[in-house]
Amino acid sequence: MGDGPPSLWEWFGRNWDTGRADSIRNLLTDHITMSVVPIVLALVVALPLGLACARWRWLYQPTSGLMNVVYALPSLPVFMLMISVTGLSQTTVIVPLAFYGAAVLIPAVVDGLDAVPDHVRQSAVAMGFTPLRRLLAVELPLAAPVVLAGLRVVAVSSISLVSVGALIGQGGLGGLFTRAYQNPFMPPVIVGIALIIALALIADALLVLAQRLLTPWVRARKGTS
Amino acid sequence: MDDLSFEAPTGEITVLVGPSGCGKTTSLRMINRMIDASEGRILLDGVPVQGIDPPTLRRGIGYVIQQAGLFPHRKIVDNVATVPYLLGWDRKKARTRAMELLERVGLDPALAGRYPFQLSGGQQQRVGVARALAADPPVLLMDEPFSAVDPIVRTSLQDELLRLQSELNKTIVFVTHDIDEAIKLGDRVAVLRVGGRLAQLAEPKTLLAEPADDFVREFLGHDRGIRRLQFVSTAGLRLRTDLTAPEGFSGDSPEPWLLVVDGEGRPVGWRSAARPGELEPYGTFVPGRDSMRAALDAALLSPSGCSVAVDEQGRVVGVATRNALDLALAEAADG
Amino acid sequence: MSWVEAFLNWLVQFFGDPANWTGPDGIPTRLLEHLQFSALALVLAALVAVPLGLAIGHTGRGEVLVVVTANLARALPTLGLLVMFVLLLGASSIWPVIIPLVLLAIPPILVNTYEGIRGVDPDLRDAAYGMGLRGGQVLGRVLVPVALPLILLGCRLSAIQVVATTTVAAYTGLGGLGRYVIDGFATQDYASVVGGSVLIVLFALFVQFGFALAQRVTVSPGVSRRLKVR
Repeated sequence: MGDGPPSLWEWFGRNWDTGRADSIRNLLTDHITMSVVPIVLALVVALPLGLACARWRWLYQPTSGLMNVVYALPSLPVFMLMISVTGLSQTTVIVPLAFYGAAVLIPAVVDGLDAVPDHVRQSAVAMGFTPLRRLLAVELPLAAPVVLAGLRVVAVSSISLVSVGALIGQGGLGGLFTRAYQNPFMPPVIVGIALIIALALIADALLVLAQRLLTPWVRARKGTS
Repeated sequence: MDDLSFEAPTGEITVLVGPSGCGKTTSLRMINRMIDASEGRILLDGVPVQGIDPPTLRRGIGYVIQQAGLFPHRKIVDNVATVPYLLGWDRKKARTRAMELLERVGLDPALAGRYPFQLSGGQQQRVGVARALAADPPVLLMDEPFSAVDPIVRTSLQDELLRLQSELNKTIVFVTHDIDEAIKLGDRVAVLRVGGRLAQLAEPKTLLAEPADDFVREFLGHDRGIRRLQFVSTAGLRLRTDLTAPEGFSGDSPEPWLLVVDGEGRPVGWRSAARPGELEPYGTFVPGRDSMRAALDAALLSPSGCSVAVDEQGRVVGVATRNALDLALAEAADG
Repeated sequence: MSWVEAFLNWLVQFFGDPANWTGPDGIPTRLLEHLQFSALALVLAALVAVPLGLAIGHTGRGEVLVVVTANLARALPTLGLLVMFVLLLGASSIWPVIIPLVLLAIPPILVNTYEGIRGVDPDLRDAAYGMGLRGGQVLGRVLVPVALPLILLGCRLSAIQVVATTTVAAYTGLGGLGRYVIDGFATQDYASVVGGSVLIVLFALFVQFGFALAQRVTVSPGVSRRLKVR
């Protein structure tokens, strides 16, 4: 140890790869796993449920009511209650985050499908698309911008929410916050916040890129108007 | 906007019409200072509007826009009473006035307690007109008020406006892109061209008869001659009264066509000398009330080539033959 | 299902213990604290965010600020922010914890208030000015009532956020229901953890319900379209 407290960079360099489970590198990997898995799960759950709600309207009211309730549940007590089911594992954080994500994505899927102009749907029917083909080739691509916008919200908030898991010992980079609080020391907090924001920005940028690749016509239209 | 100068005479409807981008809406909005003119002057009763505080100015000018712009959070009666409330009228008086106006624009008073979203587009537009009239402003500005409703509703709103105007004699400046609407409603019509220059300002019949240039002629579109006839009166049309026959008539006549009339004097059909057994269709007009266009239209509806003049109750007063119509058309063409 | 049984046992143990109903660590006190801290943070946030959102939405100036806060706020880890403020300002009063709570509560209100005002039909604005309403009257009598559903939505989202973050803030020493969860977890007192969690969840649902009620009372039926069309 040198004289006085180490600088931010010094501390980062010394703790990046210590070989221990709580090295920054391992925390970062955990953080990515615990945020990417729920994002994917949320999408996998929300797509069929959203489609079902768009197809059978009576489902939407109760589903969105339930999702509103889910969204309002504070994360920490939900993690705590999950412990009795899944123990002190990453799953305890991942499952609730997937539910929060689905709560945002289901309405996004329904809104996206609602935004498909009726004349487009009608002409697809008139040209002889089967319902499944129509869904895959016409409706889902046109709904994609709204769904992807929802996915961006889900990705960014999942990445920041994971850190609350640190209070049950499963928070990825959030572990830096508890470490900093226990032996009062600022650098871990700064590094943790910076890395989480960086992760969020990268995820957001990737999704924007995906949006451009998946829906090139959206940008083309903006360009001409 | 470039060198636009016109006068909207008191108690008349002045219509600004032109293609999109001609600045007609901009001109209108300069009058109540929704847009301030960078140069030039706008006088209201001889007073430059630039000197008046905009909100005060606007409270004295009725304003009707395309989508009605009703306040969705207020009931219909309170929407109509907006300006009276602003002017500090007491609530009861303002509401009484609002109810009066709803009736005046042809709305069921039962709608007063509804919210705008509960009304049809046409009803909303009537509320918009009532709201503009609430504080009895001498001047009304109307910006394409009827262009968002379907053609049938539009016609009835136009007729309603003309009826209201015959009672109220407001000074109205009306903006539209629809030349037919301009000709129907305007006492005077200003045709603007792109860039806000005045192409022609004239009464509708003058506009149709003597368009100032190719732009106006093209803007007026097809059938200008026929449409002009709607401003030619049928009061002086020579009518023959010797071409009618009672029902069941079976005698001979020197005339190729006779109009068969029932016991109450109403037309039944035309009887052709060639085929006396069958009755052919007829068309009617009311002389003095209907225009020459209606009279000509009535003639075209019948193989006889004649149109039947009836009174307001539908009783035959005479027949305008092809000769009589020819003569009247010739006079009209001479101006 | 053993965990259901264990769960119920913990609940009975927690709520059945008379010691949990009195004193500074009793449920009534903790509930009131949670309510006070959440309400304080929410009110302070609304006092900043509503006027700011109204001003930016009405004048169209400062829109960049809204976009930046909207995006940044979601990415900010709440726990990190709490720890940072406590390390910076010490833990001598509740303010080092209340400040981040307020900061995190501002963006949803700001963004939704701004969107609400911006989203008002331009024709409506036009009609309001055209009839002679002054700028302030247009805002107060037309734009705010019409934008109210979104403004309240913003407040509701903020309230959800604040209730959750107040719980997390127990970690940095704040009172409230979060204490049961944090302290219970530290001492392996799972009755306390489960009981506290259930209380917080109920509290959050109650707040959510309160906002739904407030929306029904304050938003004009003409805006919410609660009535039949004809």
